[in-house]
Amino acid sequence: MSITIYVPCDSSALSMGAERVAKAITQEAAKRGLDIKLVRNGSRGMYWLEPLVEVVTANGRVAYGPVQASDVSGLFDAGFTEGGAHALSLGLTEELAYFKKQQRLTFARIGKTDPISLVDYVENGGYRGLKNALAMAHADIVKAVTDSGLRGRGGAAFPTGIKWNTVLNTASLQKYIICNADEGDSGTFSDRMVMEGDPFVLIEGMTIAGVAVDATQGYIYLRVEYPHAFDALNAAIATAYQEGYLGENIQGSGLTFNLEVRLGAGAYVCGEETSLMESLEGKRGLVRFKPPLPAISGLFGQPTVVNNVISLASVPVILDKGGAYYRDFGMGRSRGTLPVQLAGNIKHPGLVELGFGLTLRELLYDFGGGSASGRPIKAVQVGGPLGAYLPEAQFDTPLDYEAFTANWTVLGHGGIVVFDDTVNMAKMARYSMEFCKIESCGKCTPCRIGSTRGVEVMDDIINGRNLDKNIPLLRDLCDTLLNGSLCALGGMTPYPVLSALNHFPEDFGINA
Amino acid sequence: MTESGTTQTTVQEIITALKDKPGALLPILHGIQDALGYIPADSIPNIATGLNLSRAEVHGVISFYHYFRDTPPGDQTIHLCRAESCQAMGGEQLEEHVKRKLGIDFHETTADGKFSLEPVYCLGNCACSPAMQIGKEIYGRVTADSFDTVITNSEALS
Repeated sequence: MSITIYVPCDSSALSMGAERVAKAITQEAAKRGLDIKLVRNGSRGMYWLEPLVEVVTANGRVAYGPVQASDVSGLFDAGFTEGGAHALSLGLTEELAYFKKQQRLTFARIGKTDPISLVDYVENGGYRGLKNALAMAHADIVKAVTDSGLRGRGGAAFPTGIKWNTVLNTASLQKYIICNADEGDSGTFSDRMVMEGDPFVLIEGMTIAGVAVDATQGYIYLRVEYPHAFDALNAAIATAYQEGYLGENIQGSGLTFNLEVRLGAGAYVCGEETSLMESLEGKRGLVRFKPPLPAISGLFGQPTVVNNVISLASVPVILDKGGAYYRDFGMGRSRGTLPVQLAGNIKHPGLVELGFGLTLRELLYDFGGGSASGRPIKAVQVGGPLGAYLPEAQFDTPLDYEAFTANWTVLGHGGIVVFDDTVNMAKMARYSMEFCKIESCGKCTPCRIGSTRGVEVMDDIINGRNLDKNIPLLRDLCDTLLNGSLCALGGMTPYPVLSALNHFPEDFGINA
Repeated sequence: MTESGTTQTTVQEIITALKDKPGALLPILHGIQDALGYIPADSIPNIATGLNLSRAEVHGVISFYHYFRDTPPGDQTIHLCRAESCQAMGGEQLEEHVKRKLGIDFHETTADGKFSLEPVYCLGNCACSPAMQIGKEIYGRVTADSFDTVITNSEALS
């Protein structure tokens, strides 16, 4: 009987040598005359163990990792094809504590299935949500999403159902669904994992959105830095068209939904929804004034739903199991699950999907295992390059949109970047200003000029020049950016800058 | 046909194939850069004509996006991540090493034309920082030594 072996095709696994491992396994099996079936799955999200190789046994899937190509012949010697013991053996994958403690709803299939196999997708619960949606009235689909309490996972946390409702109730001959897949925040990779590891769930989510609000065209605006996601999405979209899940008369419903992937071109600001739409229209990614809201006048001036990858990928489970099922996870007004991404200087980096409510400390130490360097954790940046730095004193903050807001911090897209005590926070504040300067679209003055002046002021501060004058100047500048910018790029750059200054004044040359 | 003539034929084919898409400019620019490695200045008038835009509008779009380039790149372009997660894992020291090793700064190409170096702000490989990308290949937990090995191997390939 053939032995099934899984080696991830996720780009982080590839970056650690998964392709060479896959080749070595194929060659070694051929040499030994073993009949194997090699499946390229997504990643389980335990990245310190990648490349994580799994073998199907009678007891379940057994994991080995991190495997390098040079380990492969030894693994065969140890009988790993039957789950044999080896120094890299980790036991049953789904019994690993990091994995077992999670609540995987959006990520239910990722790492388990072959991402571009529609058969795998359907066998593992896929397209049940769409099937239900096709039998429902528009308003009932929107209501299910509203009832689930799902809020925009891109970072703004706006209730998804309310956005859909606006588009549904705006009359137009053409409406659009846009998936914002311009995941530019450092420390985030959950969108990438979905697109590479389970592209059909995004396609299904977008199709349901199209059916719900009567939109017939969807676009996935994907960052160019994600070539593997581009290939996986296109392969899955082609299959979905062939099998009647996209195009005209979806599953015999008489409804149409077309879907296309469009590539960005390295502009961070295009993750802002109005800038993204300008870019999709073939223009410079300049931020638009709001109102009008995209839900009323969006892409090409038509009503448009713009949702993040995780928001849309969470829709199928909501339509499958009902809004109440999803809403029962979480805390306060933060309902459902959040796929958290642990990154930077952390021993066990990876993806942790859990209902809202866990504290930062539990994530950093129980899941993350502390810093990778073994040194004390000094600060964590949550929510990407526009997110605040949190000192140890704030590590008991629960993951909840409102709890973060109360601390003048943001949960954003759920990325957590860990720094040990060797970091200089004044340098990080300078970097935030520099990043804003590089990525500013240039439309509004506070962001365009303010970021340049911000780098200059930070240079003066780092060199100890005139602190009495320059610290108040930095605060004043941040106040202008915060209140005067057109979008979150200029408007939130003060979060990392001021949090660094407030929590770590000694790094700015100020005696605390 | 002259080299420039061949280039213009390629550009024209891409424009013809894509110009009827809604919002066709970015797909066209990607098509040209995929085919030629950059967007030659003399392709701008053709793109402008094809899409009924002014040359200034086309130039404005090319210059807005960091990814598009108007000069030919080296044989291989190294995209080195500068973002926070990579910084937390020694990205800055790696950046210094890379620049010293190649003898160039960001946005430059080595004198022998083999490598161009570009900064990138996140490759989504933050769980394996520091990261870089060469072509479609992504590399994780890059060290000075592993960088040197990759460069030596890819020189051997080119």
